[in-house]
Amino acid sequence: MLRYVLRRLGQIVITLFVFLTLVYFLLEAQPGDYAQTFLSNPKLTKEQREALKAQFGLDRPLWERYLRYMGSLLKGNLGISFEHYPRSVVSVIAERAPRTILLFLTAQILSFLLGFSAGKVLAWRRGQAFEYVLTIGGVTLYTVFTPWFGLMMIWIFAYILHLFPVGKFVTPTLWRGAPVDANYVFIRILLSAFVASLALFLVLLATRRLNLALRRGLRGAGVLIILAGLLAYWLPSGITRYALDILYHLILPVMTLTLINFAGMMLLTRNSMLETMREDFVMAARAKGLPDGVIRDKHVARNAMLPVITSFIFSIAFVLDGGVITETVFSWPGMGLTLLEAAVAQDIPMVMGGLVFTGTLALLGHLVADMTYAYLDPRIRYT
Amino acid sequence: MEEKTKVITKPKVEVILEEEERKRLKEMPLWRVRLYLTWREIRNNWRLFSENKIGLLGLGIIIFYAIMAIAHPILMKWVWDPNIYDPIVGYSYDEVLQPAPPSFRHILGTDPLGRDVLSQLMYSTRSEFALGILAAIITVTIGTTVGAVAAYFGGIIDTLLMRLADLIIMLPFVTILIVLSALFKMNLIILAIVIGILSGFGGTGIVIKSQALTIKVRAYIEAAKVSGGSNWHIIFRHIIPNLMPLSFLYMMFSVTSAIFSEAVLSFFGLLNIRMSWGLMIHTAQTAGYLLNPKTWWLIVPAGLSITLLCSAFYLVGRALDEIVNPRLRKR
Repeated sequence: MLRYVLRRLGQIVITLFVFLTLVYFLLEAQPGDYAQTFLSNPKLTKEQREALKAQFGLDRPLWERYLRYMGSLLKGNLGISFEHYPRSVVSVIAERAPRTILLFLTAQILSFLLGFSAGKVLAWRRGQAFEYVLTIGGVTLYTVFTPWFGLMMIWIFAYILHLFPVGKFVTPTLWRGAPVDANYVFIRILLSAFVASLALFLVLLATRRLNLALRRGLRGAGVLIILAGLLAYWLPSGITRYALDILYHLILPVMTLTLINFAGMMLLTRNSMLETMREDFVMAARAKGLPDGVIRDKHVARNAMLPVITSFIFSIAFVLDGGVITETVFSWPGMGLTLLEAAVAQDIPMVMGGLVFTGTLALLGHLVADMTYAYLDPRIRYT
Repeated sequence: MEEKTKVITKPKVEVILEEEERKRLKEMPLWRVRLYLTWREIRNNWRLFSENKIGLLGLGIIIFYAIMAIAHPILMKWVWDPNIYDPIVGYSYDEVLQPAPPSFRHILGTDPLGRDVLSQLMYSTRSEFALGILAAIITVTIGTTVGAVAAYFGGIIDTLLMRLADLIIMLPFVTILIVLSALFKMNLIILAIVIGILSGFGGTGIVIKSQALTIKVRAYIEAAKVSGGSNWHIIFRHIIPNLMPLSFLYMMFSVTSAIFSEAVLSFFGLLNIRMSWGLMIHTAQTAGYLLNPKTWWLIVPAGLSITLLCSAFYLVGRALDEIVNPRLRKR
């Protein structure tokens, strides 16, 4: 296993290198450069544009820039953003990434839970009118034109019902006198969510083999303790109202994303369930006279879960892909919106930085997915 | 009970039919036999497909939009005045305020520039179909060739093609398209080619290769090799024809992703095109009508059309999946 992981890590480094080289030359092949965007600005003279070019190193030959870029990338330095000058790309990413991660992780986990349960039921009730309704609804949501769907959600929930804010991620008036910046709160929300889910997972794992009554009691107690711990951390900290403000802004985008992503999970679970239902062990379980619900949840769903989990991990790796669209519609200033703005403004270092971020995430996602697969399915072993 | 008798009697009838058929087929010239067998297969598959209500719904939506695409030039020529109804340069002089709400003259109203929304919608349908089908054909041609070649030759060719495929599926698809179209001038044909290459060398190629691997080990491939068929003859005459059903299925999914990508890119205003559904929403956005439910006709028809056409192709693809992939069938 360890040898496999090490070999895959080596492959990842090579793939990332090839990917970055490809993207770098592709971006360099575009007509013009950043200084050209000021061509129509009468305030900038030709000398100033030349000075700007020299400042950003755009007057150097291509191979030199490439080697320099790759060299500094090895040191973890992604250069300086043209648009956010003089901030470095790394600091912009460090600022924007937590927002994207919080938004998409919440939505992905919710859509996984929802989609998996819905898919289970869908496969089990094959051929009923219920199936047609859910399938057509699911496919429509799966292929819905995301920006339009986001707009419809804003129209309904923000304009007509006045339930949620229209866009952005904080209420500026509330934050005017805030003692900390938004990212401070974001990172704490992320951390506490991570710690809480880790604790929940451990509780579930520890009580797995106990009998029913004891298990229920212990799990309930565990959840209560986790909730109490969260409250004990957040209430005295004094930033709770800012965290709540962020969460309030989070609801509508999360709802939209969950609805879009859950359909894919549901359809995948259904197909996987239908294939598993033909296996011999399902017939054996039926012959034993087990209740229908037990066969569905413990025998079929557990085995049908594998491809769904893999796709779940992949989809986490691809947060940026959906992010560009959703973040634009909800004006959520995360990585996706940053990347789009950078691409439009020809801010090459920022675009490269965004692609390094998402490329690394996607490659690591593949590795984690493979390892989870091997862990969950004992028939698969990597050597 | 009825089900059971059906299952038992069905094969018998088919066997008798086949014997009669075989006698008839022996007397025909080869090309007629081939034509006949193809026709029979299409008929059989249509029977399987028409059992699937969801697939039929998708087909219905596609036909509806196809009629819209065909109707537009006819309406423009004989019914609508080009000065008013032209989707790009028309201006509706009869309305005082633009955008005008739906009325008898303009069934879906007019956009902020005074152009008829229904005419724009119908005009764009044609290019959506053209883009989707072109991208799908490129995707499937590349994907099938890559899959068949990688599976048949194996070794270094397989490794190279599959590593390339791995690299491509790891790219965030929409992000790459956005970056590319932001930095280069892209029109529909270039977009179709880019989508075709990315998805043909990527995901589609991998799926088709796994199918080609199961075909490669069949007895008739051995027979073709023994009788002296060259590598390329075997690939194009024996492997690719057997991959066709799966390729056709993936064409449907490619159409969905191509139409969706085009809509996203023109929603961001990154494409160099005259009119499309995504661009209609973009126009509403740049004119400041995006967040206003009162001018719904600027956004809802276009957004709904993108969604409906995308899901229609997806639904047809799913229905075909149940024909190609017997494990998903009901019985």
